[in-house]
Amino acid sequence: MANFTKATSIYDWLNQRLAIEKVEKVLGSEYWIPKNINFLWAMGMILVVTFVLLLVSGIFLLMYYQPNVDTAFDSVNFTIMREVGYGWLWRHVHGVAASVVFLIIYIHMFTGIYYGSYKKGREMIWISGMLLFVAFSAEAFSGYMLPWGQMSYWAGMVITNLFAGGSLHADGLVEWIRGDYVPAQAFLTRFFMLHVLLVPLAIIGLIGLHFGALRIPHVNNLDGEEIDFEAESKKYLAGDKAGSKVIRFSNDFMSKDMMVVGFYLVFFFYLVFYHYGFAMDPVNFDPADGLKTPAHIYPEWYFLWSYEILRPFSTDIGLMAFAFSQVIFVALPFLDRSPNAVPASRRGLFKYWFWAMLIDMIALTAMGKLPPEGAFSTIGFVAAVAFIGLWIALPIITYFEKKV
Amino acid sequence: MKDNSRRGFMGKAFGGVAAVGAVASLFAMKKSWDPLPSVKAAGFTTLDMSGYKENELVTEKWRGKPIFVLKYTEEMLEAMDEAQKPRVISVGEASYLVTLGLCTHLGCIPSYEKEDKSFACACHGGTYDIVGNVTKSPPPRALDIPPFTIRGNTLVLGEVGPEWLKMKENGLTL
Repeated sequence: MANFTKATSIYDWLNQRLAIEKVEKVLGSEYWIPKNINFLWAMGMILVVTFVLLLVSGIFLLMYYQPNVDTAFDSVNFTIMREVGYGWLWRHVHGVAASVVFLIIYIHMFTGIYYGSYKKGREMIWISGMLLFVAFSAEAFSGYMLPWGQMSYWAGMVITNLFAGGSLHADGLVEWIRGDYVPAQAFLTRFFMLHVLLVPLAIIGLIGLHFGALRIPHVNNLDGEEIDFEAESKKYLAGDKAGSKVIRFSNDFMSKDMMVVGFYLVFFFYLVFYHYGFAMDPVNFDPADGLKTPAHIYPEWYFLWSYEILRPFSTDIGLMAFAFSQVIFVALPFLDRSPNAVPASRRGLFKYWFWAMLIDMIALTAMGKLPPEGAFSTIGFVAAVAFIGLWIALPIITYFEKKV
Repeated sequence: MKDNSRRGFMGKAFGGVAAVGAVASLFAMKKSWDPLPSVKAAGFTTLDMSGYKENELVTEKWRGKPIFVLKYTEEMLEAMDEAQKPRVISVGEASYLVTLGLCTHLGCIPSYEKEDKSFACACHGGTYDIVGNVTKSPPPRALDIPPFTIRGNTLVLGEVGPEWLKMKENGLTL
């Protein structure tokens, strides 16, 4: 039995029971962040804020949405959009955030690749991050089904068809996933469950893992310098704040973080109020119809690059290339054979690899949106082959990289 | 040591019980995701073949998917070659095209060109002839023929009959 004394304040009362002083130190004031970083290190906080925006707007949408094939479309497009006070706000926040969250994830990812933040003890940060990417993809896809418009229906049809495995014709598996021969009531209700419960639970768990994975290796910095966090924090606490290479997470680093978040939120709500259209496909404002295919079926912009890797090949090779593109990023820490954990600009050929990969994925994204005809089809094919080629080249060029 | 082995046994015993429970739960979970009996029962469509008019495409619905039914004219049947004839379905006196109305490329719905007596898919430009054989890629194979059985003057879709089985064995459909 611990020794409890008469509390001198509410703070003290809580501190005796919950050790809030210790908790605050561990999570905030004695969690150390390097000074040598820039605004790209604020993407994690921006993602947390965006996730909260998704959660809060989702809670309000959930109160009026009806997961029924006959009423889902109207519950979104009539009830939420026209009847519910500020229902349009929650929907546009939810739709815009779902799109923008992927933009930030991609920036976050490529920042990590550029600065080598997946190496030297930071492998689990990268892996848990990629698992989060998969979970967010599942969350985005399942959410896209819910308004039950034409794009919902046909995207659901095409994506679940992928599980037939091309020539394997595993139609039984596809029907099992759908709970029906085509996307119908069983399909809608189970994707509703995935979207509002199972996948968000997985995301929250993975965020915990992602943060946990960060604690021991700490945050990387602009030079990939290996900082002795223990020594530097002692220096800081002893009063040499200028000489120390680290600062407190809160409120010191947080104040800068939230500054970037502030800029982001201005941009975000500008999109929500004036440019929400990019996140609302016009085709999805027609109710789902299993007997009428839209002229072009394409995914949201953040899936276009992997869709374009699927498209230019024949069915089976396309599926294999697609599967490759989905999993290969997870293996990055092991495919990069160089011990150098410094910015790409100081890493010889890897510098070109990084920019080639970034440009290639932008090219794939652009071609995925265009109809697969003529020159677009050729560019798409070349970009898809280049994507696979770059990953095959990665272990080779990094193996021969000079140690810096 | 004695305690340790006793704990070891308890751990193994619990592991055994938990494993049985986990397998049983997974089984129940798998079954819960299966299509419901009502969904399965609705997987049959009976078509009365007497109502169709020659050279007029009718789109029926089977398992939520479009089904093309086209009654052939005498001239169409006479013009067919050996590669086309095996795909013709005869019910009573008349002959029909019965296929899934989904392009085998990426699942768009092709349109019937009445003058040309062919099917054209607007999505990626694939075309099919009057029996559903591919005449222009990208479709990887002919239009699929749904499982059917012939009962008098009706066609039951979803039930495997000898005529369909023969088509499948000959590689005419999946």
